[in-house]
Amino acid sequence: MSVQRAIKSMFNGPKKGETFELKSALVSQYPNERKEGIKRVIKAMTVGKDVSALFPDVLKNIATRDLEQKKLVYLYLMNYAKTNPELCILAVNTFVQDTEDPNPLVRALAIRTMGCIRVNKMVDYMHIPLKRTLSDDNPYVRKTAAVCVAKLFDLNKEMCIEQGFLDHLKRLIDDSNPAVVSNAINALSEINQMDPTQDALKIDGALLKKILMALNECTEWGRITILTALADYHSTSSIEASHIIERVVPQLQHANPSVVLTSIKTILSHIDKLDGAQYNVTIKKLSAPLISLISSSPEIQFISLRNIRIILEKYPDLLSKELRIFYIKYNDPLYLKLEKVEIMVRLANMQNYKILLNELKEYSMEIDYEFVKRSVIAIGQVAIKLGETATAKAIEILIELINTRSEYVLNEVFMVLKDILRKFPNNSRFLGLIIPVIVSNYQQLDDSNAIASFIWLLGEYPKNFGVDLDSILPNYYQNDNLDNYFNNDDDYTIQLQLLITIVRINIIKQSSSSQNFLQKTLTICTEKSDNPDIRDRAFIYWRLLSSNNTTVINNIVQKPLPIIDSTIPKIPQYKVDELVSELGTLSSIYHEPASEFMDNYHKFHVSRTGNNIASKNIDELQQIAKNEIVNKAVKSETLLDFDDEPEYEDVNTTSANSETNTSSTTASANVLNELNDLFNFNASPVASQRQVSSDGKSNDDIMGLFSTGTAGVANGLQNLNLNSQSSLNNSVSTQSQPQPGSQKPSDDLLNLF
Amino acid sequence: MASIVYFLDAKGKSLLSRDYKGDIPYSAVDKFPLLHLEAEEENSAAPPVFNYKGINYLYIVHNDLYILALTRNNDNALEIMLFLNKLIEVLTQYFKNLEEESIRDNFVIIYELLDEMMDYGFPQTTDTKILKEYITQKSHALIKFNQQQQRPPNAVTNAVSWRTDGIFYKKNEVFLDVIESINMLVNPNGQVLRSEILGKIKIKSQLSGMPDLRLGLNDKGIFGGDRSNGNGGGEDRTTKGLEMEDVKFHQCVRLSKFENEKIITFIPPDGEFELMSYRLSTPIKPLIWVDCRVKLHSNSRIEIKAKVRAQIKKRSTANDVEISIPVPEDADSPKFQTSSGSIKYTPENSCIVWKLKQFQGGKEAAMIAELGLPSVTNEDPTFKSKRPISVKFQVPYFITSGLQVRYLKINEPKMQYQSYPWVRYITQSGNDYTIRL
Repeated sequence: MSVQRAIKSMFNGPKKGETFELKSALVSQYPNERKEGIKRVIKAMTVGKDVSALFPDVLKNIATRDLEQKKLVYLYLMNYAKTNPELCILAVNTFVQDTEDPNPLVRALAIRTMGCIRVNKMVDYMHIPLKRTLSDDNPYVRKTAAVCVAKLFDLNKEMCIEQGFLDHLKRLIDDSNPAVVSNAINALSEINQMDPTQDALKIDGALLKKILMALNECTEWGRITILTALADYHSTSSIEASHIIERVVPQLQHANPSVVLTSIKTILSHIDKLDGAQYNVTIKKLSAPLISLISSSPEIQFISLRNIRIILEKYPDLLSKELRIFYIKYNDPLYLKLEKVEIMVRLANMQNYKILLNELKEYSMEIDYEFVKRSVIAIGQVAIKLGETATAKAIEILIELINTRSEYVLNEVFMVLKDILRKFPNNSRFLGLIIPVIVSNYQQLDDSNAIASFIWLLGEYPKNFGVDLDSILPNYYQNDNLDNYFNNDDDYTIQLQLLITIVRINIIKQSSSSQNFLQKTLTICTEKSDNPDIRDRAFIYWRLLSSNNTTVINNIVQKPLPIIDSTIPKIPQYKVDELVSELGTLSSIYHEPASEFMDNYHKFHVSRTGNNIASKNIDELQQIAKNEIVNKAVKSETLLDFDDEPEYEDVNTTSANSETNTSSTTASANVLNELNDLFNFNASPVASQRQVSSDGKSNDDIMGLFSTGTAGVANGLQNLNLNSQSSLNNSVSTQSQPQPGSQKPSDDLLNLF
Repeated sequence: MASIVYFLDAKGKSLLSRDYKGDIPYSAVDKFPLLHLEAEEENSAAPPVFNYKGINYLYIVHNDLYILALTRNNDNALEIMLFLNKLIEVLTQYFKNLEEESIRDNFVIIYELLDEMMDYGFPQTTDTKILKEYITQKSHALIKFNQQQQRPPNAVTNAVSWRTDGIFYKKNEVFLDVIESINMLVNPNGQVLRSEILGKIKIKSQLSGMPDLRLGLNDKGIFGGDRSNGNGGGEDRTTKGLEMEDVKFHQCVRLSKFENEKIITFIPPDGEFELMSYRLSTPIKPLIWVDCRVKLHSNSRIEIKAKVRAQIKKRSTANDVEISIPVPEDADSPKFQTSSGSIKYTPENSCIVWKLKQFQGGKEAAMIAELGLPSVTNEDPTFKSKRPISVKFQVPYFITSGLQVRYLKINEPKMQYQSYPWVRYITQSGNDYTIRL
């Protein structure tokens, strides 16, 4: 009844306009007109007009011998079934009939479309035609029906299992036709992904034989499917592994890059089971196909390069002789150029460093700023990776670059030179080359990281700077008390570095003016800075310097930094193994495991930063806090590698870090004690502040907890117990907020000093 | 696998789409133009794959179109990207040109093709020749007269998925083109920094029935490469000077046969196709060498003196030699002198283009150009662009690597007809034959 009414109301619709015209065409008595009408409806649908009102009229045209018309009506149904779920029932009959049509194209079309009409009513009628088509004589129909099982599983899992479709699908792997086999595997692995508990695609010895047989007969897409299934299979013995690899190796010669890359993935997943000699032979076969991926279209190249980078993390020597292939082409899109440089620095070795550095120098002369920056940094990465000989050459190039086009490269060159001195501290030859260049160019710097690098150098090598520091420093202290850098909110890096450097200089090369600067800096940092890192650090320095305990001062301020190994970021080992098994997938492009970017990403992300902490009990937290402080003490030594690891972002927001920055591993125990002292002072005056900060959800991790302190706190870390209980609930947000009350405690602290 | 495939116009508005899985909201594609723009602003290196709120966007820019695939899962991105490439290829073969207009004009057939080429995100039949067998633009004409035509060709599901049976030619012929593209990067002193030969063998097959072909190349050893190391590595590759580093074959070639016996055997698709491609990175000297001196008088003029030499055999001739020399963007009033060929200034590419129709081996040509520069400029002259000189050419009847087709045996088991292969060789510049200034 409702159907009839709906149809009636359609007829009573407007008598004018496009919809009316279409409607009358659809019910015309001439087949040609009706077909034209359908085409116009589809066209309107394509451009985004809502033609769902015509549903009943289009539906009338479903029973036709004209295949093209049928396809169009089906297409319309797929699009608008959801808007008229009740009316779909009218189409069911035709669908079911069509699955018995003598023409296999029609049978396949019907079952394919049925699966795409995501309406419950339709699903209820699907099992009979699906069963029939799954055992159709024609492979074209069977392969379409195989996919339909996956569609059904998505719509109605229970029915799919109850009706035995899963088992039927598994039997299709036995099919004589390769296209059916590959679609069956496709469907099974899709089902496996939807619900791993079904264990839909379980490969055993017998099955393995079958799919290996099918491999050579499939289309390129079918091969990818089979190869993926083979990669996920865990071979049970070295004989089996070698058998699989033997069958897969010829696929490396396939013209489709995805077949090639998936073959590589499959080989790598079984290669560890091979014995030494066979392993070596096989691994050698991989390099040429990998290189060939680089001669495809830019998008394919991009994905390939991201994958090559993963492979190089695990097999660093695989492409060691192939550097030239990765040379940049002038017309490459920028994203490719940057990726290629990433690969090139990883292929650097003592045999090729000269041509590589020259090539990078050539890139540094390009016009694209982004790319030039990357190339300069690459020069530094190669130098630091390869050691002194390469570094000498690199410094020569860097100095030449400054002389020829300083505006473009100066900031990056300074950062690279700083890194080089982190690798070769106190190397008099390099210092002799670097310092003069720095002295004559530092005034042009305009990037805060570069300026911070320069200031760090000042503090690290005050004696090497022939020029009087008093003439350099005032640049950063214009106007007696309101100077450039301490007023600019963005330049915390510079402020922090300036503070550290001034303290150092004051110890190593004290002069009356440096004392003056020191006094001024400490005052500004403690009174004016709204950044807790800087403020708290200044307090610690102040107190430290007042203590006159030279051993502690030297331990903290003058401890040499650990030597850096390489500035080329590495993917952590556990991730590499996971990514190698994900070659070709989106994971391999983002270099992140799937859990990081899939649907549940946001949930996941929040729980990692917030809830996780809240859910831990106090003991755990305390342990974490302790570990963190000790770890940071070690890690913070590399604070200067601003661009190194992403974790650094996190590190910088935790103020616990800044307390321990200057200390070293060995001194970390000391630091803990000293910290404890600090908290004692902190305790009473801050009590009133607790309200403020907990409202503001301040959560500077541990330090946030400390600074909100409670009265009666006794022994440093022990106070975590009391403290965290009160503020933990609030300390979920990751943002650190300026604390309005900070002025007051700092006054108190100063009094204490 | 891909959940939806979209065709978007240059502004990112959807022209046509096919939803395969129904698990992505329509709003996802509306965000694409903005996300794309943001990505480009943030970092001019916007990559062709990105993720936003759990949805992955993979796209290719083609003419005035974005071809975009969306997916939620951690799918095989390379496969999706290749499918999009394939889709472009098929549609181009159907409509000659794939652009906004051809999408609008052919939406019915594009829907049909999308339906046939992918099902529930799994790529299916993507071979144009086979698709054309049963998806034709004039299908309604056929259906009335010949119901039989509308069946799926056996090839769709056969092991030989690229050739239908029943093909017949009066005259059975095969044409082979061996084409080698040279990519090269040379520094101003003539030192070759990088060179590679990208070769391919294209076949145009006009053969009846189901012929089985066997291709012999001049030396089995050339397929040594890394594989020979595995087989004992006794081959003397140094004298040959030929080391094919990687060979890729068309779907039709029996890969395991090649792997084990080093024989290339195949049943060819009908018509034109690329049988194989190979790559060599043996050092080669520049075939066309350009020596170019640029003198920049800032704020007044630029002088360019160039010499070109064909470093090929005297008997060979390079055709359509085209040398593009970059000049500053604001150059004007060009004056040219040349010993042969013609020169044109193309301000749209900031280049002067020197064309030589025919250029015999061993010959030299020279030219002088002078262009004016504006007297006032805010650009710093030291930031001159580092664009290289690019060269295009073709050398017919010449193959750089020395590859030769020894034989092509054709055997059609049922018909046993006589047929002859025709072979042509050509060497040409690749897409990156450049000389640094």
